[in-house]
Amino acid sequence: MFKIPHNSLIAMGSVFGLLVLATTSRLILAARNPEKDYTELRQRVQSWWWIVGSIFVVLCISRGAAIAFFSFLSFLALKEFLSIVPTRHVDRRVIFWAYLAIPMQYYWVHVGWYGMFIVFVPVYLFLFLPMRMVLIGETDGFIKSVALLHWAAMLTVFCISHIAYLLTLKPLNADAGSIGLVLFLLFTTQFNDICQYIWGKMIGRHKIIPRVSPNKTWEGFTGGFVTTTICSGWLAPMLTPLSMREGLIAGVIIAGGGFIGDVVISSVKRDLRIKDSSQLIPGHGGVLDRMDSLLYTAPLFFHYTYYLCY
Amino acid sequence: MNRILKVLFFALIVRPLVLIGLGLNIINRNGLPRTGPSVVAANHNSHLDTLVLMSLFPLAKLHRVRPVAAADYFLSNRFRSWFSQSIIGIIPLDRTGGTDTDVLFETCRQALDRNEILILFPEGTRGDPEHMSRVRKGVCHLLSGREQTPVIPVVMHGLGRALPRGEALFVPFNCDVVVGKPMYVEGRSSQFVKLLTETFNELFTHCLTRQEDDQYV
Repeated sequence: MFKIPHNSLIAMGSVFGLLVLATTSRLILAARNPEKDYTELRQRVQSWWWIVGSIFVVLCISRGAAIAFFSFLSFLALKEFLSIVPTRHVDRRVIFWAYLAIPMQYYWVHVGWYGMFIVFVPVYLFLFLPMRMVLIGETDGFIKSVALLHWAAMLTVFCISHIAYLLTLKPLNADAGSIGLVLFLLFTTQFNDICQYIWGKMIGRHKIIPRVSPNKTWEGFTGGFVTTTICSGWLAPMLTPLSMREGLIAGVIIAGGGFIGDVVISSVKRDLRIKDSSQLIPGHGGVLDRMDSLLYTAPLFFHYTYYLCY
Repeated sequence: MNRILKVLFFALIVRPLVLIGLGLNIINRNGLPRTGPSVVAANHNSHLDTLVLMSLFPLAKLHRVRPVAAADYFLSNRFRSWFSQSIIGIIPLDRTGGTDTDVLFETCRQALDRNEILILFPEGTRGDPEHMSRVRKGVCHLLSGREQTPVIPVVMHGLGRALPRGEALFVPFNCDVVVGKPMYVEGRSSQFVKLLTETFNELFTHCLTRQEDDQYV
């Protein structure tokens, strides 16, 4: 407990520095324009404090606590997903089993059983759920229901558990520990989101996919892509076992994957004609809204690093 | 003693369950009444409805919130009767019919006179999961001669999926609670019933959660 390797400690401190900066600029902004309503901005920044604070606390306590935390995130995300998509009433019991997959998946993570961790959701859970559904006997909408549950489990259980497995990997970079990998992934993914947003606001003109997400522009994407890649190449040797060149490629993967995760979840919400997946995090929406890019970057970054270093 | 039990029950069991097991999307939470006399009229799909609605009120005011519930069900055995009356604080209502409406609503009116907040389910029953049954005229009878008492329409969606009627297995789902603007009983009761039904249907359109065969979407 509380043995945080040097580089990870500095990284956490810097993130807190950024949060202080965000809060200060918000206060200055609010003081300069007293007539404007900054409620949403205030909520957003405040929520960031809570998100970052809770993640850092569990990372500091122990690996087990962090794994429990990410399993809870999986639960919240799965619950959110299954609540916004149209499920059949008869599938309640099948859905209950899908929830039970979470503790099992994170148990494999905890004991470091890599093979089971990789195949449990896409093999055993995927084969089990349709069988359980057959026992209920309702065949109308069977295919759609199975597909929905599979995809939900994939996104919210399988993908998110990759963040937790980073903590189980042997720490090859002694200065950062395995926490470094998680910090690197979370930071670069969120940094990429913010950069694409800011670049888009500043110089964005040509829309990429106006039907899904009217705010996504080529300029924003490219700007964010370049910034994230450079930043990732600079951070990787400090926080991960990757070299600078490998870190640059990790940046490419995270910037690209993050963008795709974002628009995929956007399409889901478009289809359902809702803006946010829930109201859990004030100013942000739901867990899925906040973790959309992470759903893609987590497995992509994990397997890239795993292939190179383990 | 019972009041302490009530606060403990809500603080330690209901609130964590509602917060973690369910997760609520609440729209216009400030629209809920802070003081009585007032009536909260909600749709009814699950036993959770009452608990969820009550969990939205501050613990200190909980003893002033009184769900109106079916006597035939909630007084059917001694434990259930003690629990519903002492812990939840229901006002039992005779559903069997035959009783004169004035006598029927006597205890409810007394509660309103004590400035309490009534929770009423105008459908009268939980019905099929996530389907509105016909809205009945109970509210109008209750409030005849009390036209200044506000009726706050509330729509809940998703609870019938988390714990439907006749099921013992609880499955976690996010749920919506949409609070509408205060309404007042005036004119013919059929008119008010129609208006309340329309308001319910309008409030349903604000829900985030979706279910197959949703009749409102």
